Formats: sequence, structure tokens, C-alpha cells
Amino acid sequence: MNNKLIDLQHISKSYDGSIILDDLSLYIRENEFLTLLGPSGCGKTTTLRILGGFESPDQGRVIFGGEDITKLPPNKRQLNTVFQKYALFTHMTIAENIAFGLKIKNKSKAYIDDKIKYALKLVNLDGYGNRMPDSLSGGQQQRIAIARAIVNEPKVLLLDEPLGALDLKLRQDMQYELIRLKNELGITFIYVTHDQEEALTMSDTIVVMNQGYIQQIGTPERIYNEPENAFVADFIGDSNIIDSIMLHDELVEILGAKFACVDKGFGNNKPVDVVIRPEDVELREPGKGSMEGVVTHLIFKGVHYEMEVMANGFEWLVHSTAMFPVGTKVSIHVDPYNIQIMNKPVSEDEEAVAINE
Amino acid sequence: MNKKWLATPYLFWAVAFIVIPLLMVVYYGMTDKTGAFTWENVIAITSPEHVKALMLSLLLSLISTIICLLLAYPLAMILVAKHASKTSFIVMLFILPMWMNFLLRTLAWQTLLEKNGVLNGILSFLHLPALNLINTPGAIILGMVYNFLPFMVLPIYNVLAKIDINVINAARDLGANGIQTFLKITLPLSFPGIASGITMVFVPALTTFVISTLLGGSKILLIGNVIEQEFTTASNWHLGSGLSLVLMIFVLLSMVISSFFDKDGEGAAL
Repeated sequence: MNNKLIDLQHISKSYDGSIILDDLSLYIRENEFLTLLGPSGCGKTTTLRILGGFESPDQGRVIFGGEDITKLPPNKRQLNTVFQKYALFTHMTIAENIAFGLKIKNKSKAYIDDKIKYALKLVNLDGYGNRMPDSLSGGQQQRIAIARAIVNEPKVLLLDEPLGALDLKLRQDMQYELIRLKNELGITFIYVTHDQEEALTMSDTIVVMNQGYIQQIGTPERIYNEPENAFVADFIGDSNIIDSIMLHDELVEILGAKFACVDKGFGNNKPVDVVIRPEDVELREPGKGSMEGVVTHLIFKGVHYEMEVMANGFEWLVHSTAMFPVGTKVSIHVDPYNIQIMNKPVSEDEEAVAINE
Repeated sequence: MNKKWLATPYLFWAVAFIVIPLLMVVYYGMTDKTGAFTWENVIAITSPEHVKALMLSLLLSLISTIICLLLAYPLAMILVAKHASKTSFIVMLFILPMWMNFLLRTLAWQTLLEKNGVLNGILSFLHLPALNLINTPGAIILGMVYNFLPFMVLPIYNVLAKIDINVINAARDLGANGIQTFLKITLPLSFPGIASGITMVFVPALTTFVISTLLGGSKILLIGNVIEQEFTTASNWHLGSGLSLVLMIFVLLSMVISSFFDKDGEGAAL
């Protein structure tokens, strides 16, 4: 997972005057599971289509294994795509679908038959070769779409929201299936989704995008625990995002109360955004925390209780396995390392992002 | 609530204007002037002049259908490739002539192709020899293609427009070049539209007598003209009906072949 396999350099793309991608640069390493994550219209699908060769960028270059493939048509690229709505060939059997790419490459019949067998086994659909695509369920069709792509032994598999059309349970099963597939095949996966849970579950690296810009690149843990700006914090999971003042290193004033934190180097008396995950908010008996409040909402969520606590004019979202009935007076405590400090957005783009979301 | 009774008017319509006329054609076709049963009117198709007319009809409508297909397919592809707003304008251009009377359009071609018509006028103005255009099989084919082309374009356009662009992209992605993608994906997926278009051009072309009368003159007799003359000038309804029944077999045959390719009725949605 060291070598740069794909390098996107200064990619820009616009349609009818509206900018989809603005000077995007990104590299993808060999054998990496990289996810492009963001809301619809953030440019993630366009990025994938540029990689696949279905769009050409207005500016910038696509480097693949050291070669410039920016102008190469899709059929000449060493990567394959799994499309959002499967895009199976409905006039062909499953076996013919899978054989399509191999027949184009004039492989021998014995080789193709072997590959079909192997691919069907890999996606757990042994014996489905003679069926027609229409007779399969959505999840099965998606697995055939994956099988059809991987028999060509691509170096990179592009997946465009492949689980978007499936129901929740199936989606979760398929997530494990995809991780297994990636480990068995040992190739690079580039995955596009708007579902943060999918991204967190499967990825080695997550690229959070919005409005044509990369907001943050990092491991799932890093993206979740240390979001770089309010957009990322808000998009990935639930969070309390609060206007605060960094008094000095390791001390932040949140809603008038002082909290110890672990961040340094923000300067003195500087306005910042603070992110605190709901599960990191600790509710204590009155007087034993940093800020006094009262529980205003209580919902049982299965794994935990979800509560809203009104304190110092802010509605705190709290996840806890302990239950505090509505009206209970509580005190809020947050451990220093659970307070994530972020700079206020500087550019207008980031600002717009934070408000829209 | 059972609302089946709402279909009654349509049932009445179908019986009065489809079933009864059809039965009458069958009755006339199977009887002679005295009302006795006979196969003679049907067998009459084997007489040399009738065979000749039928063969010519089949040949001309086949040629017209092929020309329509060759013209319509690229056109439908271009229409699908264009953006929606531009498409509606181009589709409009195609449908617009269909709003004019069928006879009028064909008469216009007569004026254009005549010996002293517009085209020959232009040729003589350019000091070029005049062409013998009117009253030829070529003129009839031209009239058929001109009149029936939209019926080929629209069903093909319909099926092509329904093909998911990602299916095409998937074929490219799997290594197929443009031609391979067309032959292996686009063309097979558009068979229903082609089948439906062929029926919609072939059947009216096979049975037409107006186009052949106006553009073919009196010398070229198609089977449609023969039948028409039996009903009008010869006043032999029995023979006309008998020949119609034979023609109907060819029409039904082409529809059976078409529905074999168009199982879901996709191409029929106009």
C-alpha cells in the first residue's frame, strides 16, 4: 500500500458554467480501499467518471502507473467500473454478461468458462450462469456486475454507489462481501458513496468532498475523531458543533464555561469551532461537571439513549447508556481529549458549505 | 365495484366497425355472386397478373422498409444523443409533415416529379436533360419512404432513448470499442423498436393504392390497386374481398414476426 498508482493532478470540470470540480488533486495508492464521500453534487461521481474515462476534465491530468491517461478512451484503460444501477446487459445471460469483456479480448473458450465459474463462485452465485439478469434480485444483480468487472483482472475497480439501490440489511451484508472481495483480489478499490457509515466501515482512506473541493483526506478513525472543519464533523455522524473561543493553549471557552482540551497552537482568544461527539458528552449529577443543564428530550435508540440537554443556551445532543428522564437537572462534563478544536472557515466556499448542511 | 360495464361503448364500437366489416369481407371473399360458397376468389391470387401485382407490392414495400430503416436508425441515434430541448425541435420537424393531409403530401410529390414538374424545371433551367421520374417504381418507393419514415423513426427512437447510458458505458468499460458496443449492445437492445418500425412501414406500404396511383400512374399496378379496382371500377366485391383475405395473411405474418421480437410491446409505445 505504498506506491502511488493513480495521480489526479489539478483536475477542473464544469458543466454549463457551474463548477463541479475545482483544481482537485488526489493520489491513490496500490491496493488501497479509497472512498470518495460527500453529499450529492459534491463532485465525487464526476471524479470517478473522469477516472473511468467517461468524462474528460477541462483542466488537469490523470496519471495511471506513471502514464498520462487523461485522453485515453474507457476501453483502453486498465480499470473497470461497477455502475450504480448495475447496468447489466439484459439481452444476455449472466454467463454472457460476465464473458463480455473476455470475449472482446479474444480469450479462449476454456479460459472464459473457467473465469465465469471462478467469478460466480467469488460472488456466491454458483450455478446462476444460464439465468437472465431480470430474474435476479437487486443484490444478486449487483454481485454479477462486480463479477463482470473483476474477471478482466483490472488493477483498479471503480464502484459508483453500488449499494445505493439495496435495502439496509442487504447493504450491510454487501459491505462485508466487498471487504472480503478486496482482500481476496488484492486490487485497488475506489468507492463513491454518500453514506458515511459505508465509508467508515470499508475504507482504508476516506476523501470527504463538498462542492467540488476536498474537505479532508484521512483514515476513517481520523475523519471521525478529528474532523478538520464543521462540514466534515457534521457530515460524518452526529455532532455538537459550537462557536467557541480558544483562550490559550489547552483551554477553550465553550458557551461561557471553561473546558480543558489538548489542542495547541490556535493562538490566544481566537474564535474557533468546537466539535464534541454526542457519545463523548458525559452527564453527571448537578455541580459535578463544567456546565449545568436540564434534559429536554429522551429517545430510546436500542444501543443507547439519545437525549437533548439544554445548557447555557445550547441544545446538546447526548448519547448515553444511562437514562436521565426529561426534566432531570444534570451537569455536563467532557474529557479534554474528546474536544476537537477546528479553525473557523476562512474561504466563502467552506462557509457556504457549513450553512447548507 | 365492478366497472366492466364502462367498456360497453368500446365493445359496441369494436363489433360495429371492426368485427362486422371483417366478417363481411370474409363472407364476400368466400362466396360468388349467387351467394354460394367458393374458394375461387382466394385462389384468384394465383392468376399471373395478380401474382405479378402481389410480387411487385412485396418487392417495393420491402425496398421501402429497408430504406426507411437505414435512414431512420442513424437519425434516431442522433436524436437520442442530442439534449432533450434540441431533440423536441428536431422531432417536431419530423412530425410536422404528418399533420398535413396524406393525399396532399403525395400530390405535392407528383407536382415535383412530373414531366413538366418542378424538378425537371430546375434541370432544364440548368440545361440538363430532363429525367423520367414520375410513373416509375422509384417514384412509388420515394412516396412510401417519405410518407412512412416517421413510423420507423419513432419506435426506434423510443427504444434507444430507454437504453441506460451506463449500459453503453459498461460495454466501453469492459473493453468494447464504439463499433463493438453498437453491434453487441445497442443494436440487439433496439430490436423491439426495429421490429415494430418494420411492421408499421411494411404493412401500410404493402396495402397502399394511393401512392401507387398518384406516383405510379396507371401502368404500375400494385396489389392494393388491383383490390381497389375490383371494388370500384369492376364492382366485383367478391374478388376484391378474396384478394384482401390473401393480403391479410401477409400482414398477419409480418405482425407475428414483429411481435416475436417485440415481446414486451416496447417499440409499440408511440
